[in-house]
Amino acid sequence: MDDANRQSETRLRRFHQAKWDEPIILELGTPGERGVLVPEVEPPVRAAVGDVLAALPANMRRREPPGLPEISQPQVVRHYLRLSQETLGVDLNVDIGQGTCTMKYSPKVNEELARLPEVAELHPLQDESTVQGILEILFRFQEILKAISGMDSFSLQPGAGSAAIYANASILRAYHARRGDGNQRDEIITTIFSHPSDAACPKTAGFRIITLYPGPRGYPTLDALKRALSERTAGLMITNPEDTGIFNPEVDEFVRLVHGVGGLCSYDQANANGILGITRARDVGFDLCHFNLHKTFAAPHGCGGPAVGAVGATAELAPFLPVPVVTFDGRRYSLDYDRPLSIGKVRSFYGVVPAVVKAYAWVVSLGPEGLRTVAETSVLNNNYLMKRVLEIPGFSAPYEPGTHRIEQVRYSLEDLTKETGVHSEDVGLRAADFGVHYWTSHHPWVVPEPCTLEPTESFSKADLDEYAAILRRVADEARSDPKLVRSAPHASTTHRVDPAPLDDPARWAVTWRAYKRKYATPIR
Amino acid sequence: MSEERPAVYPYIPNSVPAVRDEMLRALGVGKIDDLFDAIPARLRFRGRLEVPDPLRSEAELRRHVQGILARNTTCRVYSSFLGAGCYLHDVPAVCDEVNQRSEFLTAYAGEPYDDHGRFQALFEYASLMGELLDLDVVSVPTYDGYQAAATAIRMAARITGRRKCLVARATNPDKLSKIRDYAKPDLDIELVGFDPQTGELDVDRLRRSVSAETAAVYFENPSYLGVIEPGGEDIARIAHAAGALVVVSVDPLSLGVLAPPSSYGADITCGDIQSLGLRMQFGGGQGGFIATRDEERFVREYPSRLFGITPTVVKGEYGFGDVAYERTSFAEREAGKEFVGTAAALCGITAGVYLSLMGPQGMRDVGEAILLRTRYAMEGLGDIPGMTAPLFRAAHFQEFVVRFPQGTSVGETNRTLLQHGIFGGKDLTRELPELGPCALYCVSEVHTQAEIERLAQVLRETVS
Repeated sequence: MDDANRQSETRLRRFHQAKWDEPIILELGTPGERGVLVPEVEPPVRAAVGDVLAALPANMRRREPPGLPEISQPQVVRHYLRLSQETLGVDLNVDIGQGTCTMKYSPKVNEELARLPEVAELHPLQDESTVQGILEILFRFQEILKAISGMDSFSLQPGAGSAAIYANASILRAYHARRGDGNQRDEIITTIFSHPSDAACPKTAGFRIITLYPGPRGYPTLDALKRALSERTAGLMITNPEDTGIFNPEVDEFVRLVHGVGGLCSYDQANANGILGITRARDVGFDLCHFNLHKTFAAPHGCGGPAVGAVGATAELAPFLPVPVVTFDGRRYSLDYDRPLSIGKVRSFYGVVPAVVKAYAWVVSLGPEGLRTVAETSVLNNNYLMKRVLEIPGFSAPYEPGTHRIEQVRYSLEDLTKETGVHSEDVGLRAADFGVHYWTSHHPWVVPEPCTLEPTESFSKADLDEYAAILRRVADEARSDPKLVRSAPHASTTHRVDPAPLDDPARWAVTWRAYKRKYATPIR
Repeated sequence: MSEERPAVYPYIPNSVPAVRDEMLRALGVGKIDDLFDAIPARLRFRGRLEVPDPLRSEAELRRHVQGILARNTTCRVYSSFLGAGCYLHDVPAVCDEVNQRSEFLTAYAGEPYDDHGRFQALFEYASLMGELLDLDVVSVPTYDGYQAAATAIRMAARITGRRKCLVARATNPDKLSKIRDYAKPDLDIELVGFDPQTGELDVDRLRRSVSAETAAVYFENPSYLGVIEPGGEDIARIAHAAGALVVVSVDPLSLGVLAPPSSYGADITCGDIQSLGLRMQFGGGQGGFIATRDEERFVREYPSRLFGITPTVVKGEYGFGDVAYERTSFAEREAGKEFVGTAAALCGITAGVYLSLMGPQGMRDVGEAILLRTRYAMEGLGDIPGMTAPLFRAAHFQEFVVRFPQGTSVGETNRTLLQHGIFGGKDLTRELPELGPCALYCVSEVHTQAEIERLAQVLRETVS
């Protein structure tokens, strides 16, 4: 009761997001204005080579200049800063509401290091002798991930989590093809509480997908897995803990059964934040895994990339990793392209290298005990928040009540919806009025009226109390003033959109030119 | 690590022991380890992770990382003529200013209400690219130009229901590797060579190879070898006559002076946006775009998110949202089109800033400057006895092939250039052995007359 009282005393912000009512950039500017100038070409160069435009093949010369706006620099800066103010980054909010995304603080010093010319101004094809420093960082970070996962080899090339899952699916395909049963082994098994990409990426790589649904304890039963296994099984691609925050304690048995029919096991470690140094992919028996450096390893999310999905493999599967792999012979760092079994390239060059620099700096600032503190604190924060949230009438956490979760929880607001008619999505939009994100969940909604909250180690106890107090307030409002909730947001940059045009080919407009063509009466 | 004082972690507020204890008490739990009771003992890792001991202060961390990085030599210090998919250009200060804004840098996947600015910035990126490409639909950035090409080709396969793709051989072999891996389940890839004199796509060969099974014809303009392909209309006519689609990859920075692929018949245009205000970052600055006409049969095949403008309940207010969301794997898992996830959004916002700063005149100026300087470099290198530059009789943009005298080792030559503080062009000897000792040189708006002349002078001394 004391705790509940204290929580109700948490003062909610009288928040209002920036609202600049900013035009689309193509509405700005005046003919003749310029934002930046191109260096003049020296007159002797011009004189020597003549009219290069006239020398182009006639059909390859641009006839009409592109319809880009003409804007002076102060106006460009002002426009984009206004848009940035209308964007709620982690640095601005108690970013607990984007569950599964591992929203954590990205240290500024790491950003500073990744933007040094010794990273930013390197061409990827420079002679290896001139890039020993950056290769050393890539190599050292591979070693770090090997220690954290127990795997034997890593590639830092894939451009984010889904690209890494795709790379792992491609490795599975190449492995089975090499053994001569590529045609036979065409099925990948995943779980419904693994990320949509754990189904979509192997499908893109040519596999048929079997999706297991949760048993009574929140994860699929061994029987369900056994029924899915056959000589067609190519592999298992799952997360653990799943997106519910529930850890499948039988995962080693899952792996054993899949291996038993000749399949491989690939571990989506997007949810690794709560298990760093607690449990390791290889020790559980996985053949492949991947980590998201923009989630677990504190590289920023950048509105959705650029990012890194680092792929780890056992010695048996290492030959299939994308090329090149960074190697070290004790004296020199090198890029090894001579890997005949490799699946080839999954991304240009060596991946999003500055994100690796940031992740490396993050690990080095923490050390082994620090990494463990990250995991422990994220789990402590999550269980503490769960206690607070479950004190709010109308919220529940399906499966295994009373047990601890790892780093996140998929809640259900079904009771609140039944009582008030207010949906989870409405609660989220109202929560925005207090300056926080709130995400329902990936589809399909196996948990009814879901929301997924993940309070990483970056948030203080006061932050957690504030977030819980916001949810309590909104749940109260759902009962006392449901219209207020259903018409939210009221304090965001914009209001509820009309979704109909977005699904109507006659009205959808992905660019300004399409909008101008389709909207006889402009929106404003 | 000091034993007497518990570690304090500046990034982890609840690492303070008293706070941890208070939270554990609230949970009725004795120690943190009890919270992991869902993980069976047999799966627990009990060792100490073999990662480096911590450098806790910023000062120590900086010293350590900068110490390692000091072993790099940058393209600010040396003169670089490397391209092949990653380009040295002027990056306006405003591009860096915007992409390090903490609000954009640390945002992720919020709603169109609380992340309105992110949606608008990406809608504007697509709109600005649309003007450059003369197309109405542009996706939120995918990973890079490789992925854009691979997805564009698979889109073509789905749209046509066919499974053969003819790909120009004058494509970066690394990119080809990506395309081959990605297209494997849907498509057979067949290469179409180039004319050894002009470097242009071998149209006769194309004509013979195109059939009723052809889903797409893919080529690049300018090509991997820097050649401006003048045969776009012919290629498109041949492809379209067989019911195939035309996929063209283009360097968007060329489009202030060069005609957009849509003007010569491209159905899907794709490419990389690194050249639009993104630093090279050892190859980390790439981002991919895919663009088409606004036809439903195309739009429904995009895997990436498409942000559309739409009214809100408040009159006169712009809102944004996902167009045709049901096609994505977010909505439909394996029943969606390929897959979608985190990719390269911040590169897109940066490219939008770049195009806003440049405007139509800036894009024309930079395109012309690149044409001028490339031509100047080709002439300067071509004047060296025994060397051929450019190898192909064609107009070039930004890159061109240089052939050294028979018996020359390109690798040796590049090592000599290195001693003079020059990164020579990419060695093509292994990937295109039939061309002889060749390298791919890159010259952009940043290469001064003096820098180009110095390259020519050192090469002249080296080759003779």
